[in-house]
Amino acid sequence: MKRVYVREEYCAGCGLCQVHCITAHSEYKGDIIKAYKKSFPRPLARVIVEEKRPLSFSLQCRHCEEAECVKACITGAMQKDPATGIVINDTARCIGCWTCVLVCPYGAVRRDETLHKVAVKCDMCAEAGGVPLCVENCPNGALEYREER
Amino acid sequence: MSLKSYVTPSFLIERNKERCIKCKVCVQQCANEVHRYDEEDDEIISEEHQCVNCQRCVTLCPTGALTIRKNPNELRQNSNWTAEAVRAIYIQAETGGILLTGMGNDRPYPVYWDNILLNASQVTNPSIDPLREPMELKTHLGRKPDSLSIKEGKLQKKLPPQLELELPIMFSAMSFGSISLNAIKSLAEAAKQEGTYFNTGEGGLHRDLYQYGENTIVQVASGRFGVHADYLQAGAAIEIKIGQGAKPGIGGHLPGEKVEREVSETRMIPEGTDAISPAPHHDIYSIEDLRQLIYSLKEATNYEKPVSVKIAAVHNVAAIASGIARAGADIIAIDGYRGGTGAAPLRIRDNVGIPIEFALAAVDTRLRQEAIRNQVSLVVGGSIRNSADIVKAIALGADAVYIASSALLALGCHMCQKCYTGKCNWGIATQDPQLAKRLNPELGAQRARNLLRAWKHEIQEMLGGMGINAIESLRGNRLMLRGIGLTEKELQILGIKNAGE
Amino acid sequence: MLREGQIRIPSGCAISGIMNKKGRVFGGGDIINSIAVMHDRSNGLGGGFAAYGIYPEFKEEYAFHFFFDHTTIKNEIEALLKKNFIIASGEAIPIRKSKSIKDAPLIWRYFVRPKHRVLVKQEVDEEEFVVRFVMRVNSEIDGAYIFSSGKNMGAFKGVGYPEDIGEFYRLEEYSGYLWTAHGRFPTNTPGWWGGAHPFTLLDCSVVHNGEISSYDANRRQLEMYGYKCVLQTDTEVVAYIFDYLMRRQGLPLDVIVKAMASPFWHEIDRMNKKEKEILRAIRVVYGGFLVNGPFSILIGTNQGMIALNDRIKLRPSIAATKGDYLYVASEEAAIRQVCSKPEHMWMPRGGEPVIGLLEASQPTRVPVRTEQEKIAINS
Ligand code: SF4
Ligand code: SF4
Ligand code: SF4
Ligand code: SF4
Repeated sequence: MKRVYVREEYCAGCGLCQVHCITAHSEYKGDIIKAYKKSFPRPLARVIVEEKRPLSFSLQCRHCEEAECVKACITGAMQKDPATGIVINDTARCIGCWTCVLVCPYGAVRRDETLHKVAVKCDMCAEAGGVPLCVENCPNGALEYREER
Repeated sequence: MSLKSYVTPSFLIERNKERCIKCKVCVQQCANEVHRYDEEDDEIISEEHQCVNCQRCVTLCPTGALTIRKNPNELRQNSNWTAEAVRAIYIQAETGGILLTGMGNDRPYPVYWDNILLNASQVTNPSIDPLREPMELKTHLGRKPDSLSIKEGKLQKKLPPQLELELPIMFSAMSFGSISLNAIKSLAEAAKQEGTYFNTGEGGLHRDLYQYGENTIVQVASGRFGVHADYLQAGAAIEIKIGQGAKPGIGGHLPGEKVEREVSETRMIPEGTDAISPAPHHDIYSIEDLRQLIYSLKEATNYEKPVSVKIAAVHNVAAIASGIARAGADIIAIDGYRGGTGAAPLRIRDNVGIPIEFALAAVDTRLRQEAIRNQVSLVVGGSIRNSADIVKAIALGADAVYIASSALLALGCHMCQKCYTGKCNWGIATQDPQLAKRLNPELGAQRARNLLRAWKHEIQEMLGGMGINAIESLRGNRLMLRGIGLTEKELQILGIKNAGE
Repeated sequence: MLREGQIRIPSGCAISGIMNKKGRVFGGGDIINSIAVMHDRSNGLGGGFAAYGIYPEFKEEYAFHFFFDHTTIKNEIEALLKKNFIIASGEAIPIRKSKSIKDAPLIWRYFVRPKHRVLVKQEVDEEEFVVRFVMRVNSEIDGAYIFSSGKNMGAFKGVGYPEDIGEFYRLEEYSGYLWTAHGRFPTNTPGWWGGAHPFTLLDCSVVHNGEISSYDANRRQLEMYGYKCVLQTDTEVVAYIFDYLMRRQGLPLDVIVKAMASPFWHEIDRMNKKEKEILRAIRVVYGGFLVNGPFSILIGTNQGMIALNDRIKLRPSIAATKGDYLYVASEEAAIRQVCSKPEHMWMPRGGEPVIGLLEASQPTRVPVRTEQEKIAINS
């Protein structure tokens, strides 16, 4: 399956991937200002920019073949779509037990406690389809959306 | 007791609060630490003193919240004591040092390219449509013999070595050290893809770049940094650098901070030491000495590579060029006074040298008068800003042009002129790994290629308009040019007529 | 108003050429008829002819044709000629007064040979001496102009329609084996006799239809080798290029035409290694002699005639053969007018020359190759 791969040697650490991720997961898709200023709660970024200068890279869910989070989820909210391979959390079923957060070897699942507790993670912008928005908006080609090589 | 700085900020940063989403992209991107996030007030704040207006933050700000303007605050200036003149004194009074700068001369001297107009065909002579007909830009640089001897359908003597360019544009010398490896990789790849050359400058050839050898001109400068047998063999041509348009008559100085491991290995100097290229080559004090070096280099490379000599355009450039041609150079590269630099003393950059337009016209005319024009190819640089400048340069007599500032602009440079600080926010004029990685050479190569291709198409359009379908028919074709707003003397030096004549 | 030579004047035109490959001579009537058909391609501001084999009685002398503005300058020139040459004969060129031809200058011809003493002193060969003399007179002496300087050939030209010029010069009374003609349509009105075609240097004559966009590139290249382009016409440049490449460089005809109208690089890329090397060398070394822009030219020499088009054929030309005769003209009608049933008629492609060499060629200066020896560049 196609995944997002990071090329840390070109990551400028700017954080734009996060900005676009938040916007993409808000109710104001395509409008950054509204997404930030009006959406409540403001979604968390599903991508995390790690930085220890000069190193920086952005990290998101790897959509593992043998996904630990899926195996560990106690409600069955965390599912791997058999067709696309994308691991998605069904927030309606998620009870915020953080089991997935604990087992994810990459630290790619985040805790959203703004309303009721839910685990959030990268969904590959599946709703919009196409190239994930972090990849599309990275100014330096530091993210690639491609098959494994 | 310490000196208070009287230097007020040059720029003013305006942040539109309606738009700013406090994403901190600007904070993260400014290497000059102009922006910061105030946690207490949950505000992004800018402190302009260090801002160089490189536009990095503006360009990356996802909401377009930033505007940077010239600081409207006015010093009590007058026509003589301009704000710049006053500010320069404050800086020197504080530092006691030479004023440094980067990029090319920015003084409001006339730009002669803008006073030259091109011709086009009407009725008596059809223009040619480059989309339908071949439009040839292929250019050969190197010594051309006076004649060919062809017997029994065979060439009796091989041509001297030639550089073959698919378009008459090359990337000018920029060393590894003054610019980042990613910047060089971008240009090298673009040169390879588009069938032209890049120039190592005096910084040697990094091991990753040997694969671009066929598209490389290796430079030998007064510091001889990184010069060794493999280096000379690696390139397609060798260039002896005598001078540079931005700083004729003076050498170079790469501060030790920029000499990190890769630079030190490539230049073959200890890490962290200043790399100082002397003002002259200490083995070239005369034209005879130059001849020796030219032939030493030819000998070392079995006469298989053309040797270029690069000089700055100075008052006596025509005579100097004639001497260089006679000394055995195959290519003469002339760099005009607007040529860029990674670092130069401001007063030298702004006051030494002459416009490339005049230098080119004078050199071409002189070499023709002496009937040695075919012995050398002429490459000119020093602020070639667009394809029309190139067409004009070739019509004045150049074989090809060197571009550097334009090439860096294509890579993202925003002309802030702070290249000498090593803090280029665009990852170009820096060795800071945190900054250098901001330039992804794949994207850089694509941008540089696009620029070459765009210019190629434009040159073809202009040629076609003139009814010419091969670049050699434009070379030295000064009748295709007319002056506008020039004095009699300027027209005479350029060897062109006035518009309407 | 500036006249030709002081300003560059582009023009369009008609051209025609007829030659007998066996060197058999024929009168000037045919060429006049042929060019007359294309009356509308010229506008009465210039016409002219070149004729080869017309002076057999003086075939070892250079035939200088002069325009003089007045007798004073003629006397001066005669003195200058006497100093440098042995003059075998000198006379006014016979003309026929005609209403359509006005303001004719004095037109004289001299059959001359450079004095040996002068050649030795200047350390040049005969031809180079003649060339330099012509250049000097034409660029430095006001009121005198040499418009023809070859052996056993002559140019006849002036302001007027070509058929009228032919009548004016009584060309039907001459016999030659090769004739070229030109009718001019200048886009300006200089009305100067020297500006008409053909343009000649030694026995090389050029008539030309077109405008050369590479003019200044060619001119500046030539001036490097001592040519002075006083007329500032395209034709002059073509003649000098030809002279330079053929006489001074000794290049074979097929190489010369490849320099002047080179194949495109993409064509060269498809050639075999040997051809590629030669063509590349020609383009690299002689790039300054590439003639660009629309043109169709006819070059006459004592060895024959060459017709050449620009590389993308922006000007018309058509060629035909019948028996020993070769015809080339701007329009088919101009050929059919004088040759009712051509055996073979074709449109040469852009850059593809038509080379008609005299079979019983006189001893030539330059080793021009025979057909078999030529590099088969076109094949
Ligand atoms: S947008 Fe790209 S360059 Fe910026 S932090 Fe994300 S991955 Fe790195
Ligand atoms: S980058 Fe723009 S939106 Fe983000 S904090 Fe800076 S000014 Fe605000
Ligand atoms: S120096 Fe550049 S990045 Fe920093 S604030 Fe100024 S314009 Fe923005
Ligand atoms: S290279 Fe960088 S430092 Fe130099 S002018 Fe351009 S943006 Fe500024």
